[in-house]
Amino acid sequence: MKKVLQKILPTIVVVVLVLAFLQELLTPKYMTDIIEGAMIEEYYDSEKNHDVLFLGDCEVYENISPCRLWEKYGISSYVRGSAQQLIWQSYYLLEDTLQYETPEVVVFNIMSLMHAGPENEAYNRMTIDGMRWSSAKWNSIQASMTEDENALDYVFPILRYHTRWSELTAEDFEYLFHKDPVTFEGYYLRVDVRPVTSIPEPKRLANYQFADYPMEYLDKMRELCDEKGIELVFVKAPSLFPHWYDEWEAQVDAYAEEYDITYYNFLELAEEIGIDYTTDTYDAGMHMNLSGAEKMSDYIGAKLLEDHGITDHRDEEAYVSVWEPKLEAYKKAIEDAIAEEAAKKQ
Amino acid sequence: MSFTSYEFILAVAAVVVIYYSIPKRFQWMFLLGASYLLYFSADPSYLIFISITTLTTYLAAKKISRLSQEKTAYLKENKTTLDREAKKAYKEGVKKKQRLFLHLALLVDLGLLIGIKYTNFIIENINGIITSVSNMEPISYLDIIMPLGISFYTFQTVGYLVDVYNEKYEAQNSYGKFALFVGFFPQLSQGPISRYNDLSETLYAEHKFDTKVVAFGLQRILWGYFKKLVIADRVLIGLKTLLAAPENYPGVYFFVAMMFYAIQLYADFTGGIDITIGIAETMGIKVKENFMRPYFSKNIKEYWNRWHMTMGSWFTDYIFYPISVSGFMLKLSKKARQVLGENIGKRVPVYLATILVWFTTGIWHGASWNFIVWGLANCVVILISQELSPLYVKFHNRFDVEGKLWYKTFCVIRTILLMSALRMFDCYRDVTVTIKMFFSMFTTWNISALWDGSMLELGLNGTDYLIILFGVVLIFTVSMLQRRKQVRERILALPYPARAAIWLTLFVVVLLAGAYGQGYDESSFIYNQF
Repeated sequence: MKKVLQKILPTIVVVVLVLAFLQELLTPKYMTDIIEGAMIEEYYDSEKNHDVLFLGDCEVYENISPCRLWEKYGISSYVRGSAQQLIWQSYYLLEDTLQYETPEVVVFNIMSLMHAGPENEAYNRMTIDGMRWSSAKWNSIQASMTEDENALDYVFPILRYHTRWSELTAEDFEYLFHKDPVTFEGYYLRVDVRPVTSIPEPKRLANYQFADYPMEYLDKMRELCDEKGIELVFVKAPSLFPHWYDEWEAQVDAYAEEYDITYYNFLELAEEIGIDYTTDTYDAGMHMNLSGAEKMSDYIGAKLLEDHGITDHRDEEAYVSVWEPKLEAYKKAIEDAIAEEAAKKQ
Repeated sequence: MSFTSYEFILAVAAVVVIYYSIPKRFQWMFLLGASYLLYFSADPSYLIFISITTLTTYLAAKKISRLSQEKTAYLKENKTTLDREAKKAYKEGVKKKQRLFLHLALLVDLGLLIGIKYTNFIIENINGIITSVSNMEPISYLDIIMPLGISFYTFQTVGYLVDVYNEKYEAQNSYGKFALFVGFFPQLSQGPISRYNDLSETLYAEHKFDTKVVAFGLQRILWGYFKKLVIADRVLIGLKTLLAAPENYPGVYFFVAMMFYAIQLYADFTGGIDITIGIAETMGIKVKENFMRPYFSKNIKEYWNRWHMTMGSWFTDYIFYPISVSGFMLKLSKKARQVLGENIGKRVPVYLATILVWFTTGIWHGASWNFIVWGLANCVVILISQELSPLYVKFHNRFDVEGKLWYKTFCVIRTILLMSALRMFDCYRDVTVTIKMFFSMFTTWNISALWDGSMLELGLNGTDYLIILFGVVLIFTVSMLQRRKQVRERILALPYPARAAIWLTLFVVVLLAGAYGQGYDESSFIYNQF
């Protein structure tokens, strides 16, 4: 026993510490280049008082600004978005979120129904790595893994990122023990403009029917919301590509009608909202920039208050004290980004 | 059942923990269950093949052994009543029966191996003949499953049968114990080819947890993974590039491929054996060593005595000697001496047996002509050096170089180069291409590729080359140190913090510099395929 205490125990402690340090060092930080990988874990630092939760891929985190929703409508919301977030990942992010709070409305972007199964490890990583450990994370791993992946690589990311030792940068050391926020309550701020000049011709598909696997998760998401008394709302962002087919629209319409779910297709509402594709997109029609996102937020904010019973909290101190500093930081970031953009143009 | 899969590593950890947690009398039974479960998980159909071989060998050996026992008892009982001739006749009668069982079992065991491994090779050659001389439709290839490790466990069972037949030891009575000898999981994938009398000493014994034994086993496993993951699989990246399009890499690239393959094969195969021996060692089981610093050999014969030793000794004991002393060979020898004279005639049976051994060695490595040519090329070199040995003796006597370090180094390098060149038949898997590429070393002068950055276009960067260099230097250093005392023993003599730091560092190196996981092609151990 003495030997165990004197030798083996300290050895185990040292080994664990060394490995934990190496794992932290080698795991990508996503602080400067591809910041999408840092979005999911930011949620855990936010105040858990959200009435509205937005779920989905880039069509959500680039298009809805919770700070704007607060400023204009007093809505407390959060965007749990990530790059190419697949529907089963959205579902498990919802499960994960429900461990911390129960929003009144969940707004889900239905674009991910187009994905029939696991697709890409890099995107899986960007959604899953940032989740805290829970059954939701484990199930998300199981649901998302491509054939080449191994669950153990998620449990011990060092097994996946072990080769990064030869490509470590200053960022890896700078953000070893802390990270800076990269979003504003899940919103990815972009102020640059790249107008739409042409829209890629849509490809003909062999099958327009959504696959069973994503539909299964849509059912699960609906059932979970029902169980928790949450209103589920569907949205389709006004992105001009990838193409949103009429056949897909019909299926979503039918589903929404069958289960009495509100569905906003912003492609159809773009004109009403005032989306200008020459000024409101930063990548020629795929994602909204700040201007487009604020127009979208203005529209959906009004709907959330009027039609979905969301409360305006602007006169509640508990909310004001949390949201006002965020709004201030958001506005400052906008000013800085605009100045930076202007400097780039000169 | 890849040694480098997470599942395998976790399974081994579980096996070792359970092995020491259960009552000792059940240890071997648990090991059999675990071995079969792991084998089953690789492919359920594998179990059918190994079970046929195990059952056949078990029954035949039991019968042969019982006949031996009955013979001994009968001769003892009738010691006084039987005359010499009667005893001889009785013994011959028994031997005849034993031979029948031996041959029946060999027919099944080797028949399975040959049928599974060589049927398509035979069809391929028949098709080659058919299509070149007629318009006949070629024969369709068969879709045959190749059970993992069939060459290894078949050779083990053949060795066991012959040993029991030769009354070296008695047959194992317990079917379960015998099944464990055949199917002991660490050595199923790539050997070594264990002898029953060696392995059984510790395989069935009850083992109490011993920290040193377990630690030594784990250290050996770690060393194996270092060789496999850090060196072999990294070199493989460059080697694959060179082999994918040989015509683009002539001249000095052939030499580079030779060196890459020499490093890769050594690190891969010895690494795998280290893992095998290490896993067994953690459970107190001693598996025979398969390598003894083969790259320190001064000639090709010595090399083959140090490389894949269990295979070499198997071929010697179960093919070379039986053939050399067979009735046919003795007659042939007599005839050859009469016709060709004493000097040449006495060599004929030895040469024939040697050629047969190397032909078998070649085809054992793979059912294709490149392996056969490789085996026979080794044979030719060995026979030539054997014939030239009087000249070497004269040279050594005349110049007094034999004990000199520079001369030993020269011989070692010469052997490495020779073996590496011969091995390229195995590498390119095409005899014509190999010969063509070999001669391109003398016809294509592109040595500048070694320093003009071309080496960085093979899929390996500067860091990879540094890691390979570091690995090779480390293996060389360990090999040098091992000559006097086991390195693990040396490390054990150090203060605890120092030795803990050494093993932790090695672990971290494997973890970080290992060529495993996503981004690296899954590369199974080379000897798995045999």
